[in-house]
Order: sequence, then structure tokens, then C-alpha cells
Amino acid sequence: MQELLTFTIIGLSTGAIYAVVASGLVVTYTTSGIFNLAHGATGMLAAFTYWQLRFDWDLSAPLALFITLFILCPLFGLLTERIVMRGLQGTTEVVRLSVTVALFAFMIGLANTVWPSNGSREAFLKFFEGNTIHIGGINVSWHKLITFGCAVVVAIVLRLLLFRTRMGVAMRAVVDDRSLTELNGGRPNRVAMFAWALSAMLAGLAGILLAGEQQLNIEPLVLLVINAYAAAIIGGLKSLPRTFAGAAVLGLLDAYYLQFSDNSWFPQSFMGFGLSGIRASIPTIVLFVALLVRPQSRLRAGTVRFREENKVPSWNTAVLGAVSLIVVVVGISGMLTRSNTLFLLNGFTLAIVALSLVPLTGYAGQMSLAPLTFAGLGAVAMSKLPGDGNLLTLLAAITIVAIVGAAVALPAIRLSGIYLALSTAAFAVLVTKLIFNQRQTFMSGNISVPILDIPFIDINSPRGRLILSATAFSLLGLGVIALRRSRLGRRLIALKDSPVAAATLGMNLTQTKLAAFAISAGIAACAGALAGDKVSPQQYDFTQSLPIVLLAVVGGVGTVGGALFGGLLLGGNAVLANAVPSLKNITKIMPGLTGITLGRNPSGATSQISEKFRPLLNRWGIISFSALGGVGIWALDASRIISHWAFFIGGVFWFLAVMPNLIAIIDGTSQRRWWASAIALTGLAISLGVDWDQAVDSTGKRLLSLILLVAIFGVGTQRVAENAPRIHHSSPDLLGLDVALTPDELDNVERELGVTI
Amino acid sequence: MALLEIREVMVRFGGVMAVGGVDLDVQAGETTGLIGPNGAGKTTLFNVISGMQDPTAGMVSVNGVDISHESPHRRAKRGLARTFQRLELFASLTVRDNVRVAAELASLTNIDATVNRLLEKVGVSHLADKTAGELPTGSARLVEIARALATGPQLLLLDEPASGLDESESDRLGTLLRELTEDGLGVLLVEHDMSLVMRVCDSIYVLDLGMIIAHGTPEHIQHDPQVLQAYLGAPS
Amino acid sequence: MNTPILELRNIRASYGSIEVLHGVNLTVGRGEVVALLGPNGAGKSTLIKVASGILRPSAGQLMIAGRDATGASANALARAGLCTIPEGRGIFPNLTVRENLLMATYSGHKLSDIEHSTYARFPRLAERRSQLAGTMSGGEQQMLSLARALATDPVILLLDELSMGLAPLIVSELYQQVAAIAAEGVSVLVVEQFARTVLGVADQAVLLAHGKVQAFGKASEIGEDVLASAYLGS
Repeated sequence: MQELLTFTIIGLSTGAIYAVVASGLVVTYTTSGIFNLAHGATGMLAAFTYWQLRFDWDLSAPLALFITLFILCPLFGLLTERIVMRGLQGTTEVVRLSVTVALFAFMIGLANTVWPSNGSREAFLKFFEGNTIHIGGINVSWHKLITFGCAVVVAIVLRLLLFRTRMGVAMRAVVDDRSLTELNGGRPNRVAMFAWALSAMLAGLAGILLAGEQQLNIEPLVLLVINAYAAAIIGGLKSLPRTFAGAAVLGLLDAYYLQFSDNSWFPQSFMGFGLSGIRASIPTIVLFVALLVRPQSRLRAGTVRFREENKVPSWNTAVLGAVSLIVVVVGISGMLTRSNTLFLLNGFTLAIVALSLVPLTGYAGQMSLAPLTFAGLGAVAMSKLPGDGNLLTLLAAITIVAIVGAAVALPAIRLSGIYLALSTAAFAVLVTKLIFNQRQTFMSGNISVPILDIPFIDINSPRGRLILSATAFSLLGLGVIALRRSRLGRRLIALKDSPVAAATLGMNLTQTKLAAFAISAGIAACAGALAGDKVSPQQYDFTQSLPIVLLAVVGGVGTVGGALFGGLLLGGNAVLANAVPSLKNITKIMPGLTGITLGRNPSGATSQISEKFRPLLNRWGIISFSALGGVGIWALDASRIISHWAFFIGGVFWFLAVMPNLIAIIDGTSQRRWWASAIALTGLAISLGVDWDQAVDSTGKRLLSLILLVAIFGVGTQRVAENAPRIHHSSPDLLGLDVALTPDELDNVERELGVTI
Repeated sequence: MALLEIREVMVRFGGVMAVGGVDLDVQAGETTGLIGPNGAGKTTLFNVISGMQDPTAGMVSVNGVDISHESPHRRAKRGLARTFQRLELFASLTVRDNVRVAAELASLTNIDATVNRLLEKVGVSHLADKTAGELPTGSARLVEIARALATGPQLLLLDEPASGLDESESDRLGTLLRELTEDGLGVLLVEHDMSLVMRVCDSIYVLDLGMIIAHGTPEHIQHDPQVLQAYLGAPS
Repeated sequence: MNTPILELRNIRASYGSIEVLHGVNLTVGRGEVVALLGPNGAGKSTLIKVASGILRPSAGQLMIAGRDATGASANALARAGLCTIPEGRGIFPNLTVRENLLMATYSGHKLSDIEHSTYARFPRLAERRSQLAGTMSGGEQQMLSLARALATDPVILLLDELSMGLAPLIVSELYQQVAAIAAEGVSVLVVEQFARTVLGVADQAVLLAHGKVQAFGKASEIGEDVLASAYLGS
């Protein structure tokens, strides 16, 4: 009995943390419609910040808490909303989710940069370490008691806030009817900023509490959010009381499982599979069940959708592209060092995984967060199936994984959008915990996947494998393009563009979605089955899937080229980190940074970049000038006038802040032109002139300086150069005829024509 | 037996009665109009017929077969097709592929010929290779009709097909509707352009506050004081 | 010179590629009640969205009290005294009656004053102050949305289809309240499908069809035959 009480208290304290995290998720989801996958990462960052203040800089605990929770967290939430999330209104669910993935990647990169894991960090202390209190015959640590108390306080404060204050009522009002809130005089944008600030505080509180309970490690803190998903879904992503109840149930389940599994009668394995992974999977299983009992999403007409501007390549172009890709890889593979060959190989493997998202996410519009899981299953199947890696084994592995893919999707397929994405995430975590982490699956931590056995060709070298994976990507890419041009491909697009029209025209949506999932799983399986080397379960971990999804979306998930771009960018990141060790930290935050820009331009960073540079295409003078500038900066570096860091920062500044603005500067009115040039040159002078190695003592700070430089001077130049008064936007035949001229326009016309109207 | 029979269909959203016991028939070879003020329940009734909304009570049957509990795609196989008030084209496919998807779903033989014939029929052949999302509203509505026709329907549900059409497009639509019914198709038309409704409909139902308040020929409806009252309200 | 309180100049508005208003001119004088009539799909609600700042016109100007307010945000206009009761029910269904009234305090009035004035006019709402607004009857919901207009003393009131889905008796009850608001000197632009109902209250009437003004004039001068042909075709 006493034991039961102990475990109940432990369970409630765990549940308390889930509750705090989940309530933060619910707050932002309801007010802005964005499911924040980076919520756990926010908590992680807050825990590290608290450690920094409390133990590295020796502030008192209350002060450190106050600064972290009441100043930095709200500020972070506020800025996240203002800079990243606000641009996402009316974008697709895929983009919205990807942006939070980007934020997730960015924060992990940031934490790795600022607090490298090899640095000595003392244990994260619990509050009132060692002190316990006697309740009902058992000892409870102060930390657990405080944790529980925090959840109770959060519950009460949220209740009062949401029902007793105008801001809280406005938060609920925005959920009901955004435009009516405006018509009442409320400001939905402010409400959203407040909600994100509040959410960040809740994440921070949970992060700090959890870090005291476990250790100050990035991974468990980040994944905390997955456990909290279950509680949030039980609350229907809406009801806070039900969310709290769900969190309590989760915590108790976990604690009771721990208690019972200690007994000798408790089975340690089932049909040869060890059950040790079950405990960690409880929240995920609950999440899965909670998702499955959700009501089917209803078909609705009139939802806003975005049109993708992806042209389908002709057969000639596609074949030409595939052949030249193989030729180029064969050509350069002879010149690469072994390590770079391996990196490039990795890039192509990731590109195949990204390619698996093209039919599923790009064509059919279904989000999956588990592409790597299917790759992992492919690797396992390839190594376990008989045949020692011949083509039949490969085919069998692909087929099995494709069937698994469809089978997994079957129960989840009634769901749509975020719920479907979450169920794939739950699946990925379950597979990781229950299959990949089994001793039976990965003996002693890794397995070896046999090299594909093709008659008469020996590919038993890194170079051979590189050529194989490039060839595989090319062939699969051709297959995906063939799919797009086929009957099924048209159906996938129809499913994405208008499910309701597709259904009323006679399409069985379930069948079509299943086909998409099966094809996607099959392609991903290739990536694993062709590994041809020892692989470890960590390679196929759920968290590793997220950057791939992100870069595929950034590259353009609707095209084969986008998948290649995304995969190689991720692989190239590693090459860069290897070649220039000092840049290692940049490579950690880069995927995140590129993705966050999706908020500004939902169609992907590639289109955004090409958009900015497109006007330059016909201006050879400007192109030559830019190139000369680049060479000049390089020359300064080569002649040791400036350091490598100055070269890097100056180069990036030149490319991102100066080049895109050149046209505006050259074409601008005279006065603005000089101001803009002055701003750009000042920024450039700072970038090149500062001795970064000496003046700034850490890579993180240098990077921060770079971002600030580009932001302040680049945007500044753009604003000054481009905000010149413009001629009327609407079509000229309307001007002054149907539409009266405004005084400003009259002004413009007069100036432009040199006459008085 | 009518092509489409609706019997005592009722839809309740929480405390609000959107459709309150409607009976309605559509005959093959005729255009039947469904008009009424905003919020009368027309689109809800359309959703019930096409399977996007389960009725709280009542029955929908096509050719005497009760389809009340069938999924939308099963109903399509029974010869039901519809268009949407807010366009639901497959925006990233070409016009031709939009129609082709529908023809393929109906497992027609000779798909290319059918697609070309339908594009010709609604008068958008010249737009066949344009991306559907780039079309102006008028053409897009016509493409939606061609797409619905590509499933080889017996009953066509049109939800405000004339909104956004210019006068000549609207005329063409009227001609098209007459041609279609001559081929034996049954059409149920929700439309605000009264001149079109009065011109093409064989009979008209008037829906107000979820109830049918009048049914008859266009002349009858135009001079029904109850209908005018439903539209203009009672004097205050 | 008597500047109109609300003036739309050559307003064009569109949703995506669909242009709904093709150059509309409309004036509401101080203390005037203007009825905006027309069949479904004529663009009446769009016009209200433009006038309230929810939808930005693609061309043209929105003038309020003689000043250019084109592009001003809806919430700024609301706080400046432009009260809009949008189409459907102008209430938050998942907030209680009292919380709905709390949202009206953005106008600068105190909650206690708003509650007092509302419950005095509509005693039925007082009984239901802690009830979720969405669970009330359609008529009560519309009373609640009118309560905001009555309690916050606006400069202009924009009403969009008060009558939608309501029984005629309730509709005429609601329009008595509108008449009361107008009697206090508030300028009103009222969109109504039920022309006969609203013409009794209005000074001026504008008939909108196909996104253009088809006719305007004194409310008493708009003939039934014109309306009948606009609504049901000739």
C-alpha cells in the first residue's frame, strides 16, 4: 500500500511535467493553428539557460529563475511569433509544420554550439537537493513536490487568465472568430504574441523541472514534447482540463508500470522480443490510441489551398538529367578522398529518403515525419532476408516495407493534416524503441547490411557504393517522374488539390492514400537496403527524420530536383563541417535557419533565393561586378590581409546583403542610392575589417554577429534602396479612368511625365 | 419514379435546424431549380445529396436505390456528379488533366476522345493545356462542369454555376444545360442569377428557413406572393 | 459643408481572381440610415467587409468622416467608433454572454456599464449571462450582437443581414432596436435581404446587383416592381 502511494506520487509528479508542457502546446495551437514541434526544444533551451545563469554565472536560484522564465522565455516566444509564425497564416499545414521543425533544428544546433556536449557540465541540481518531506509514511523529495505544485499553480493561473482577464477571453475569442475579434476592436496579432510568450514560459518551466529530474541533456528534453503530445491529443488540442487529466493518466501509467514490471511474475519478453522498451513507449502508445479514436476528419469544400508551380519535366529532360547525374558522379568520384566519398554517399542516401517524400507529401499532400524509419526497416529487412543481398532480396525488402507502410497508414489514414503527421511520428518512435533498439534486431548495436550483389559488377568499395547510390537515385527519380505522369500520379495531385472534388468524382480516397504511403515507404526502404555497410539504430532515429523532412520541403518537396537538393545539402553540410572544422557550428544551425525562412516565403527557400537573384540574370555588368567582389574578398584572404573568419563573414555578407540589392541601388533615385550604398559599404567594412579571431572569442558569438550584420545592414540597404516612391500598382488602363488618382499618385505621375495634370 | 428522390431530409447542427424535412424530386431530362434566400439551407441540402453531410433524418435515393448511407465516391459510381460554389478544381493540373482524372475514375474507354469532346462541348478547348489554377472564374466554372460530365453522370448538381460568369458565358451555360437535358441528364441547379433560372428550369423549388415553401413552374414561382415575401420579408 | 460620415469612392474588391465589386460609390450622411439591398451574390457583404476594414479594396477609397481610412485595420476602425455586426451571428459561440460583453470593452466602455445597458434592454440576456452564447436561440444571439452596438455608443453602425435564418416576428423585433439606435443619431448602413422589412426604418436605399449600384434614392421611392425584378428576374 505504501509502495502504491509512493508510485502514485512519482506518477503525479511526472504527469505534472507533461501537463505543463502540453498546456503550452494547446495554447499556441488553438490561438494560431500552429502545432509547435519545437515546443520541447524551447524547454530544453530554457533549461540550459537556467543552468548557465545559476551554476556557471552563480546567480541565486530565484534570480536565475526569474530571468529565465519571466524575461527570456516570454521574449523568445514573442519574437518567434513576430518573426517566424506570423507569416504563416493561410499557408499549408505542411509548410507550417516544417517551419516548427526548422525552429526545432535551429534550437538544437544553437544548444550544441553554445553548450558543446564535451564541455564539463555539473549535474543539474534539483531544487532543495537532498531535502525530503515525510508524507503519509513515505519520503518525497522537495523537487517532486515543487513539480507537482507548479502544475497546480499553472492550472489555476491558466484558468483565471483564460476566464477572468480580457486578454485571456480574447485568446478564446480569436479561436472562435478571428475577424469578429477585430470588429470588436481586439488585436489578434497581439493576442498571438501573448499566447506564444505564455507558451514559451510553460515550456521553459517544464524544461527546468524535467532537467532537475533527469540530466541536462539535449535529447531527452527535446523529446519530452512527444510524451506531451499524447496529453494534448487527449485534450483534443483544445480542452485544458482534459489535457491535464490526460497528463496525470500518462504519469501514473508510467509509474505503475515501473512498479509492476519489477515483480518476478512480470513477463520480460514476449515471443522472443524483449519488453524493456515498453516503458519508454507508454506515452507514444497512448498517443497512438488517442489519435485512432479521434473522429474521422470530414470532407469540406472551400478550404484555401496553395498552388504549386512545379512543371512536370518532359521525358527527354528527365532522362538527360538522370544520365548526366550518373556521369558527373562517376567523373568526380575518382578525385574524392575516401572521407568525402563517404559524405557524398551519405548525401545521396539522404536524397533517396527525401525522394520518398515527393510522391507522398509533394504529390498527395500527406505529411509524414517518419521517412527514415522506413529506411531503417529496409536496412533490417535487407540484412535479415536470405539471399545475401542479391537483387531478389532487395525487391523483397522493398515489397515488405511498402506493405508495412500501407499497413501502418491504414488506421491513421482517416486523419488528416497534423493528426496524420503526429501518428507517423508516433509510429517512428515506437519502431525505434520496440524494434530498432532490440538486441535481436541490432546485435551489439549495429548490423551489417550486405552490399547489393549485381552480377559481373564489383561495387565493394566506397566509390562503387557512391556510384550505386547515385544510380539508384537517378532510377528512382525517373520512376517518380513516370509516376507523376501516370494515372495514379494525376490522382495523387487531385487528392492534394481538392479531396472533396476527388471524392465526389468517384475516387476512393483511402485507396489512393494507401498507395501513396506504400510507394513512399518502398522508396525509403531502398535507401536503407542499399546502405551496404554496418548501420546503427541511431542513424534511423525519429529525430534524424525531421531534418530530412525539413530540407525536402525547403528544397521543394514537389520535385525530384528538390529532393536531390535537400539530400545533398544535408550531406554537404557534413562535408563542410569536415573540411572547415571552425564552421562546424554553422552547419548545425544552417538547416534550421534555411527552414525558418519558409515563414516568409512558403514556397521554399530555393524559390525565394532564385527570386531575389533572378533580376540579376540579364545584367551582366552587375554579375561581373559581384563576381569581382567575391574574388576580391577571396584575394584579401589568400594574401593574408584578412583572416579566414573575416573572409567567411565578409563573403556571406557580400553574397546575401550586397548582391541582391545591387539593382535597386543602381536603379534608385540619386539620393537614396547614396544612402543605400553607404549602409551597404559600412556593413561590408565591418565584416571585413574586424579581426574576428581576436575580437570575438567564440564561434557562436561570431555567427551571431554575422546574422546581425546581414539583418541590420542588408535589410537596411534594401529598405532604403527599394522604398522609393512607386508608380501606381494597378493596371495602367485603370489609372485615372475607373479609379480616381490619389494625391500621391498624381505626384508620381507628374514627376514621371514632367507635366502637370 | 423520379431520378432523384429526397424524402423528409432533416439536418440539425446543434440547436440549429438547417434543413427541416425536405421532399424534392428531380426527373431525368429536366432541369430543376432550387432557389431561396441566403442561409435557407441550399448548400447543406447539396452536401446531403452528394454524401458530404449525413442527414439527421430522411432518405436520398437515386433510381429507386436508397443511397443515404453511401460514401461520396460510391454515389459517384451511381451516376451523381456535382460542382462547387467555391471552385474546387485541381489547381496544379492542366485543364485537360482535370477532366481526364474524372474520366479515368469512371473507367471510361476511349478517354482521350471523351476528354476532347467535353472540352469542346463546354467551349474551353483552347484552354486545354493551361494550368487550372490560372483560369479566370468563368472558364474555371465551365471546366468544373466538363469535369463533372466526364464521370458520365445521370444526375448533375450545379452549385451557383453562373456566379463569376460574364453575360456571354452565362448564355452559353444556358444553352449547354438545355443540350444536356435533351440527352436525358437530370440537373439540379442552385443559382442566384434569376434570369438564368427562369430561362432554363422546368420546375423550381423555393427553400426558406430549411423548408420548401413553394414548388412549380418558373411563371408560377415568379408570381407567388409567398416567394416574394420570403425574398423581401414582411413590411415592418 | 456637411461631410458624410462614411463614403466609399469607386471601390473595387475581389477574392483572389474573382472581382466582386466593380467600382461602387456609396455615401452615408450623419444621422442617416441607409439600406443596402440586393439579391444574393450582389456583393453586399463584401461591401460591408470593405467598409469595416476586414477586406482591403483592390482600388478606390474608404473615407470616414472626411478622412481617408483606406487600408486602416479593422480593429483600429472598431476602436475609433465603427461598430460592425457581421453576417451570420456577430457573437463568439464558445464564450459566455458576459465574456462576449467583455470583448465589447475594447471600445473603451466599462464592462459594468455595458452589462447594465444590455440587461436593461434585453432582460432575457441577464438570465443567461453565464451561458455559452452558442447555446442560445438565434434571436437571443442576435440580441447579444446588437447589444454591442447599443451599449458602446458608436459613431457608425454597419449591420449585415440581421435577419438571416430568423423568423419574421423576431426580425421585426430586432429592427425596432435598430430604429431606436438610429433615433439616438447614430448613422447606420444596413444590409438586408428583406427589403420590405428594412425600408420602413431607412432614409435612403441603395440597390446593389452584380457588384454595381443599380439604383439609389429615398427609401420610400424604391418600388416593389423594381425589387421584384431584381430579386426574381422580370
